[in-house]
Amino acid sequence: MIRLSNVRKGFNLGRPNEFIAVGGVDLTLEGNRITVLKGPSGSGKTTLLSLIGCMARPTSGRISLLRSLLGHNGFLKDGDMPEVEVTSLPERFLTEIRRRTFGFIFQQFNLIKGITVLENILLPTYPLGKKHRVVRKRAEELLDMFALGDRTAARVEWLSGGEAQRVAIARALMNDPPIIIADEPTAHLDSKLSGEFMDIIARLKGQGKTIIIASHDPLVFAAPFVDRVIAVRDGMIGGEGA
Amino acid sequence: MASWIEKQRSILDYTLSSLMRRKGKNISLFIVYTVVVFILASAMFFTQAMKREASLILKDAPEMVVQRLLMGRYDPIPLDYLQKIRGIRGVISADARLWGYYYDPVVGANYTVMVPRNQSLSPGRIIIGNGIARDRMINRGDIFSFRAHDGQSRSFTIDGELPAASELVSADLILIAEADFRDLFGFPASHATDIAVSVINPKELLTIARKISEQLPDTRPIIRDEMVRTYDSVFDWRGGMVIVLIMMALLAFVIFAWEKASGLSAEERREIGILKAIGWETSDVIAAKTYEGSAVSFFSFTFGILLAYGHVFFSAAFLFAPALKGWSVLYPDFRITPFIDPYQVAVLFFLTVVPYTVATIVPSWRAAIVDPDSVMRS
Amino acid sequence: MISSPSLKMSGKARLSVRKSSLCLVLFGAAVLLLGAMFFHAAYQRQADAPLIVHIAGVVKTLDLTDLCLFTEARYTRHPSQADLYSAFQDHPASLEHFPTGSIAGPPAALRRLHGKLD
Ligand SMILES: Nc1ncnc2c1ncn2[C@@H]1O[C@H](COP(=O)(O)OP(=O)(O)O)[C@@H](O)[C@H]1O
Ligand SMILES: [Mg+2]
Repeated sequence: MIRLSNVRKGFNLGRPNEFIAVGGVDLTLEGNRITVLKGPSGSGKTTLLSLIGCMARPTSGRISLLRSLLGHNGFLKDGDMPEVEVTSLPERFLTEIRRRTFGFIFQQFNLIKGITVLENILLPTYPLGKKHRVVRKRAEELLDMFALGDRTAARVEWLSGGEAQRVAIARALMNDPPIIIADEPTAHLDSKLSGEFMDIIARLKGQGKTIIIASHDPLVFAAPFVDRVIAVRDGMIGGEGA
Repeated sequence: MASWIEKQRSILDYTLSSLMRRKGKNISLFIVYTVVVFILASAMFFTQAMKREASLILKDAPEMVVQRLLMGRYDPIPLDYLQKIRGIRGVISADARLWGYYYDPVVGANYTVMVPRNQSLSPGRIIIGNGIARDRMINRGDIFSFRAHDGQSRSFTIDGELPAASELVSADLILIAEADFRDLFGFPASHATDIAVSVINPKELLTIARKISEQLPDTRPIIRDEMVRTYDSVFDWRGGMVIVLIMMALLAFVIFAWEKASGLSAEERREIGILKAIGWETSDVIAAKTYEGSAVSFFSFTFGILLAYGHVFFSAAFLFAPALKGWSVLYPDFRITPFIDPYQVAVLFFLTVVPYTVATIVPSWRAAIVDPDSVMRS
Repeated sequence: MISSPSLKMSGKARLSVRKSSLCLVLFGAAVLLLGAMFFHAAYQRQADAPLIVHIAGVVKTLDLTDLCLFTEARYTRHPSQADLYSAFQDHPASLEHFPTGSIAGPPAALRRLHGKLD
């Protein structure tokens, strides 16, 4: 469970080009659900996702995560509360949360060019210092699962759009995070590939993941297995749908 | 600990993959770097080894040579100075040296003609350095003709050759009997070229030198230390060509380290953003960049040093030879003994590897502290 | 979409050596080579010692004062015996027409002397 209370995010504060991208959002997201943030371009969806995913800190307000979502994080002491407020944690802990708790699927996939599919997928595991053999086995399993087994040694720029998307998903899953965050995941995909993507998302939900997607693509927010659709407009939460 | 090692190895994996993809750029970088180290190390090895060799070879040179000065130039010294010098306390011996130069128009070379003090040659016979033998293609038994001071020609039979092993000091020597020497150059019997002096206590050498220049004000004593020091400054890093080489190499190095330090491409920045977004810490990114800088510089350094070693000590610094030979026609053929100094190698290491690595890290540091959310927008 | 058969083949090459292992091996080799260089230098110095003693012996018996490195002019052939005032060049900082002059600076004693004149 993720709880946002009165979260605001402004850019260039105190300067003439000051801009409030997220203005006072109260929101509770349940675990093991597919939630879609829906709204026009510039409404603040990406900003909201980056706040939830601990990539940026809110200007004011609090974001709390259920303790069990944080896994075996080194910085958590036994006596901690059932909920952990992440907004005030130091940068190092935020990095650790990003690494273990969230898997990110970016709009432009954000794969690193020039290195192989396998290496791209291994990247999130490097800071953990796990045994190479172990993580490599997991990467190969994931690649097989996403029908990328024969593309392991291919460079990412050789991939088709659908393959690149699946590599991005596999990378997000490498550290087995409980929450998957996807920003406009279907923006560069045709209808067929978008449908395949949503099928994968449904499968991940079946495995117990919590999924948060920002999109204004009807193929995403109108999909039957989406649990909750939240409308975002001008940095504010609007009406809800399902 | 095991996990720390695994982490560093993984980061190194990434660094290497990332180096490999800009193969052309990184290989040319490696080559430039290697060449810079090669030039610096060659100059360093060469000058250091020559200095050491010169000091070892000249350690038994005359303790002091006394020249006579006339109008500020050196001039034959009267033999009656010998007695005066021998009279100074602490002097064991003073001996006249007879030597001069002979220009050989046949090959255009300058020879050193000298009368050996401890070896008596029969009149009409000479011993030649093996450099002369090589250049003139003459050997034992052949006749060598000089054009004497009076314009007449004098012929000598070659009695032997100085050994090739001592070429470094004797390639251009012609040993000749005293009477022949004086006859050849028209050198009066009352004079010598200069005087070699030896003393009882080497510690008194300076005092004795001062006494000589007091008693014989028109002389100039040159003590052995000064001879050795001459070669120290000839092969000093500040010396002529060496400093030009060093400056050029360092300049090239600064330019390309600067190119590194002046910033990352947009592509590299984006990559750092991605790494941070997927859970790399700032320190992990910096570690990756550190490995990049140190891998490139360490391997270039090693390669450059090894090449320089081969160049100087296996090929007798053949790239420097044209400069060393200059206009000389006669040049000794010698192999340089590898007097290398680990301290100097270490200095070169810290002068190249460290600044380059730092130049690689600094810009990535600035990129590594950007907010990871920057990658969420294009 | 690029998917030539050869790429698929390489895609299956799952038993490859890690780049870091390769790098560490190269690193070890480089360190060994550097060590070998110092070792060779030490060995060669030892081997050359008799030769140097021999040359020093020639210097002693013939009362030599200089190395026969630059035979182009008398002040380069015997730099340590060169005239005080015309040695190397008229001024230590002037450029030389003999290439040797750019390698061989004036002796320290001369520099000191000229230092006062500068
Ligand atoms: N770093 C930033 N600096 C200034 N303005 C920003 C920054 N990031 C986002 N914005 C602004 O915030 C608004 C919301 O952006 P975003 O969250 O990307 O919207 P969406 O994802 O819904 O298209 C946009 O108007 C955008 O221009
Ligand atoms: Mg967006």
